[in-house]
Amino acid sequence: MNAPGKAVSSEKQASVTLPWTEMAEGGLVPRGGTAASVKTGAWRTGKMPVIDLSRCIHCLRCWIWCPDSAVILDGEKVTGFDYDHCKGCGICEQVCPPKVHAIQMVPEGVEG
Amino acid sequence: MGGVNGHVVTQRRRMTMTGAEATAEAMRQIHPDVVAAYPITPQTDIVMRFARYVSDGVVQTEFVPVESEHSALSAVVGASAAGARAMTATSGPGFALMHEILYVASGYRLPIVMPVANRALSGPINIHGDHSDTMGSRDAGWIQIFSENAQEAYDNLIQAVRIAEDPSVRLPVQVTQDGFIITHGMEIVEVLTDAEVQQFVGTYEPERYLLDVERPMTVGALALQNSYFEVKRQLAEAMVNARRVIADVGEAFGRLSGRYYGLTEPYRMNDAELAVVVLGSTAGTAKVVVDELRNRGVKAGLVKIRVFRPFPAQNLRDLLRGTRAVGVLDRSDSVSGGLGGPVFAETKAALYGLPDPPVMTGYVYGLGGRDTTPEMIESVYEDLAELARRARDNYAEVVADAALAGHYLGVREPGQNGSPHRHGAAKLGER
Ligand code: SF4
Ligand code: SF4
Repeated sequence: MNAPGKAVSSEKQASVTLPWTEMAEGGLVPRGGTAASVKTGAWRTGKMPVIDLSRCIHCLRCWIWCPDSAVILDGEKVTGFDYDHCKGCGICEQVCPPKVHAIQMVPEGVEG
Repeated sequence: MGGVNGHVVTQRRRMTMTGAEATAEAMRQIHPDVVAAYPITPQTDIVMRFARYVSDGVVQTEFVPVESEHSALSAVVGASAAGARAMTATSGPGFALMHEILYVASGYRLPIVMPVANRALSGPINIHGDHSDTMGSRDAGWIQIFSENAQEAYDNLIQAVRIAEDPSVRLPVQVTQDGFIITHGMEIVEVLTDAEVQQFVGTYEPERYLLDVERPMTVGALALQNSYFEVKRQLAEAMVNARRVIADVGEAFGRLSGRYYGLTEPYRMNDAELAVVVLGSTAGTAKVVVDELRNRGVKAGLVKIRVFRPFPAQNLRDLLRGTRAVGVLDRSDSVSGGLGGPVFAETKAALYGLPDPPVMTGYVYGLGGRDTTPEMIESVYEDLAELARRARDNYAEVVADAALAGHYLGVREPGQNGSPHRHGAAKLGER
């Protein structure tokens, strides 16, 4: 039990192995940038984007629109996708200019 | 702060005010950083007055007009997480629309303070005072403080800020007042000076907040099977801690104002044999009845529950121990199949296991703002006298029957066309 009058310090961690007295209050995560370590791409279902870099004109529309910041850039050029965080929504394929059509959503596991 | 004529209180004043006015005055003196609100009768009068303070430059609060109560509380959750002292106010159906976000506010441990003008829930549609709204959220993890009159609505709101922000609590607080009966009833209220209120609430210094760029954090992360339960366990502990903090703040407020507050308020309970448990404005009516009965030699008493969350179970055990019969009044119904309202259920639970407990029975009253008269409350004491008498010979059966009996006080029964009042054949103490 928490000592009476003492708050559970929010400096403590949001670790999933700690007892409730040791965890940060209110489920807050007392650090920034923690999304990088959570591989939300693990629950991507069905399809994943594959890019044909020979077609890409690097307009960066896919990069702007991707809701999970999963389009990887090198400077101002697209190089591919961060599949650890891509959720497979297909927005990048939709916003890629139709005449370019550099992105294709393909069934999971057949990309190689 | 302020500087506009008539809007700076530098000397304590006794003024005639409605509960809504007194609440807006307390909000002005608390001077929160952010208020987001949507108008709904009978809360409108609170927010309308406060919005005028904002537009007149009397306060520097950021006022966020929103399109619904769901949004009002959502905006306040965001502001509070960002590090602001944030408030909203609501009533009845608007309160119900906040339901989802109530849990977010308490789950994230945000010390939001919210006046609630208690109003019945539709349908049928009704704008008047009953407690169905706040009672519907009694498990939402908010501290719930009920006010008996405009003075208490004012006093409780100021105390709520300190209670909410206490590091061992950090919970949102509702301060309720009965819709129209208190919000629109004119009473004499003593207003503290602005400086006294500012000093009492102090400066809000959150330990962590989103706008602290030096120490970034995430609020509202997913917490699944492996962490959600622990967060709720922390919340439960905070509510336990709140008991002591509410008592301490009530004591400190008493030293400042001369008006002391606890979790419960016993009234003529010292040698009481017949006791009524009630909260909100009806406590005032019931005190008049107790005085009248005492004049006739009846050992009547009253326990007002000021704080419903955390539930003052130990106070009720201590105060009701030694009484012979207890009647619990609920201004909302659990619609539980004959078991009465939530205050009755929880009071019974609080007294479970007491040796030789009083006979207890429950009354749902005043739904939709139905007037509750001294005669009705006296009829409760008459029932209690009768129960206590019968229990002498047949204790086990009388206790069991009464505990399962949900009564409806002041509803028209067959044969009572026109008048819902119930009068005993003879007055208590005059038999
Ligand atoms: S499929 Fe969706 S998540 Fe994945 S890269 Fe494209 S836009 Fe981003
Ligand atoms: S939208 Fe298409 S063309 Fe534009 S950068 Fe992305 S893949 Fe390349």
